[in-house]
Amino acid sequence: MNNITYFKDQFEQLQEANPKGTIADLRKHGFDAFTKDGVPTYRDEDWKYTNVSSLFDKEYQMAENSEITLTDVNAIRLPGYKQANELVFLNGRFIPNLSTIRSGSTDLIVLPLEEAAKGEYKDIVAAHLNQSSNYLNDGIHALNTSFIDGGVFVHVLKGKEPEHPVYCYHILDARQNPALAQPRSLILVDESSKLQLTESYTTLGTEDSFNNQVIEVVVKENAYMEYYKIQNDAANANQVSSTHIRQIGRSYVHTVTITLNGGIVRNNMNLVLDAAGNETHLYGLYLLKGKSHADNHTLIDNLKPNCFSNQLYKGIADDTSTAVFNGRIMVQPDAQKTNAYQSNKNILLSENATINTKPQLEIFADDVKCSHGCTIGQLDEEAMFYLKARGIPKESAEVLLLQAFAADIVDQIKPEPLRSYVSKLIYEHLAIQ
Amino acid sequence: MLSVKNIHANIDGREILKGINLDIKPGEVHAIMGPNGSGKSTLASVLAGREEYEVTEGSVSFLGKDLLELSTEDRAREGLFLAFQYPVEIPGVSTTNFIKAAVNEKRKYLGQEPLDAVAFLKMMKEKMALVEIDQRLLSRSINEGFSGGEKKRNEVFQMAMLEPKLAIMDETDSGLDIDALRIVANGINKLRSPDRAVLLITHYQRLLDYIQPDYVHVLYNGRIVKSGTKELALELEEKGYDFITDEVDLAANQ
Repeated sequence: MNNITYFKDQFEQLQEANPKGTIADLRKHGFDAFTKDGVPTYRDEDWKYTNVSSLFDKEYQMAENSEITLTDVNAIRLPGYKQANELVFLNGRFIPNLSTIRSGSTDLIVLPLEEAAKGEYKDIVAAHLNQSSNYLNDGIHALNTSFIDGGVFVHVLKGKEPEHPVYCYHILDARQNPALAQPRSLILVDESSKLQLTESYTTLGTEDSFNNQVIEVVVKENAYMEYYKIQNDAANANQVSSTHIRQIGRSYVHTVTITLNGGIVRNNMNLVLDAAGNETHLYGLYLLKGKSHADNHTLIDNLKPNCFSNQLYKGIADDTSTAVFNGRIMVQPDAQKTNAYQSNKNILLSENATINTKPQLEIFADDVKCSHGCTIGQLDEEAMFYLKARGIPKESAEVLLLQAFAADIVDQIKPEPLRSYVSKLIYEHLAIQ
Repeated sequence: MLSVKNIHANIDGREILKGINLDIKPGEVHAIMGPNGSGKSTLASVLAGREEYEVTEGSVSFLGKDLLELSTEDRAREGLFLAFQYPVEIPGVSTTNFIKAAVNEKRKYLGQEPLDAVAFLKMMKEKMALVEIDQRLLSRSINEGFSGGEKKRNEVFQMAMLEPKLAIMDETDSGLDIDALRIVANGINKLRSPDRAVLLITHYQRLLDYIQPDYVHVLYNGRIVKSGTKELALELEEKGYDFITDEVDLAANQ
């Protein structure tokens, strides 16, 4: 594979330029692991349904001299941006001069990761970067770690509730060549603080893109976090987006992942509940058509007692699209009185679409409540007939019913501007046949 | 307005309708009565365009058009309305948005401008008063958690909003207590007009105490075996269906 030589070359150049420190050590560690493990294939159980190795057939360009302007950024800003901290990433690198930080530095710190690793926050970075869980060990993750460069560090300070949410715009420039981006973020939500974080993804140009993202979030005692991921990129925009959230103090996390357009999209949503009494809510919605492939892998690792988690993922697959849901819940021996619920509901709209769904419970404690359920069905024929009998044509009736199906996930997007925005995206996505 | 000629219809290869003839003119109210399993609801389904039913013979003309050639939604937009025996619950779709979509789809079909929010609300208010339905129900998802009576009232409300030329009420009286029945029947009566016809499908005579039909037909074993005026319904109430069905069965066996 030409790419392996290319990656080795790029890695060596990067190490030569920045040979020392926590990050260089992590990169070295990552590249060794990548060399050993390689890109996962369908033979790896976790990648059985998602052929990520096919993404490595192209010759990507990383960190080329790509330029974007404020006009490019303006075109993709999310509603509510005037009140938001906006972080712009180009080909996986945080671009401070296109970003806007509205919160004061007594509430929120945003720094390039390299800078954070050297200065005042170096102990925090050393303690948390690449430490998020035991589940960081496949080749694709190692590849991201091999190229930690240009990432971002976000810290919500103790006791602070910044009034401005954080928006991350990931822009991939595929105007000249296929683009590969490997953004890396470390987020610390400190004691008794609050963070609302939203990420969106945009590929410029018509070449293929591949965003191999890792975001690590550490949530401390009495903190509250909302996390929204909105994936609505081009049909040849691919991504592996790994979110690791560690709740190390009793805290509250609420996430919503929306996947509309894209090529191969794999989301790893890994939660480690490493304190008693944590509460976690994971929601997901995928509305796939064309050849889109979306794979949502969730993992909730209950380490301590009395944690509550609830997961609801819903999706539809039309045309020749493929949806995968794999929900793993682990309850470790100490995690007594765990309450963990999981549900995955699907609608199959076409004979050529595929849905794979798998709950996976691994329970090593004896006093727990866990439940899971998954369904795959079709649109309700009686409801369709009822709507048509009132003069609503088939296509519009389908859109109404699918919007209704999506609504209980969309309703979980708490900020109103984002919720209406996603509603509108969904309507447009469904209405275009 | 509606002319049904020798309709035969099957479901799963079984013949349910065995040659139905029926003519309805504007302003008329017809009642179709009959014992269970006679084909009453099948007739309603065939007219509304339910795809499970296969019409094997006969024709239906509605306002000069070949009804059987039209899709379900076009039949509705041409002015045919079916009030469901079992209105469907559709969680997540607001009743108001649904009715607005239905009204505007019909207007679009007829080449009219869509109603704006103000005009639509005004129309809603008028029709709500007419059929005595509570605003609260309309802000909920379609029929979700409605009682039997509320569902039927919602059907009549939709009829009022869509202003059909022909309304087919499929067992609208079933499952209603006497108060609910009176409210629903009052709604239907208020919607009677010289250019609107109504086809009542019912098992019991009691609905006809409230809505006076011009004609009554008895459906039995897939055929209309007797037609008459509203007195026929009273006779049925008194003697039961047996007095007609025995006669038909006897004739068939001879």
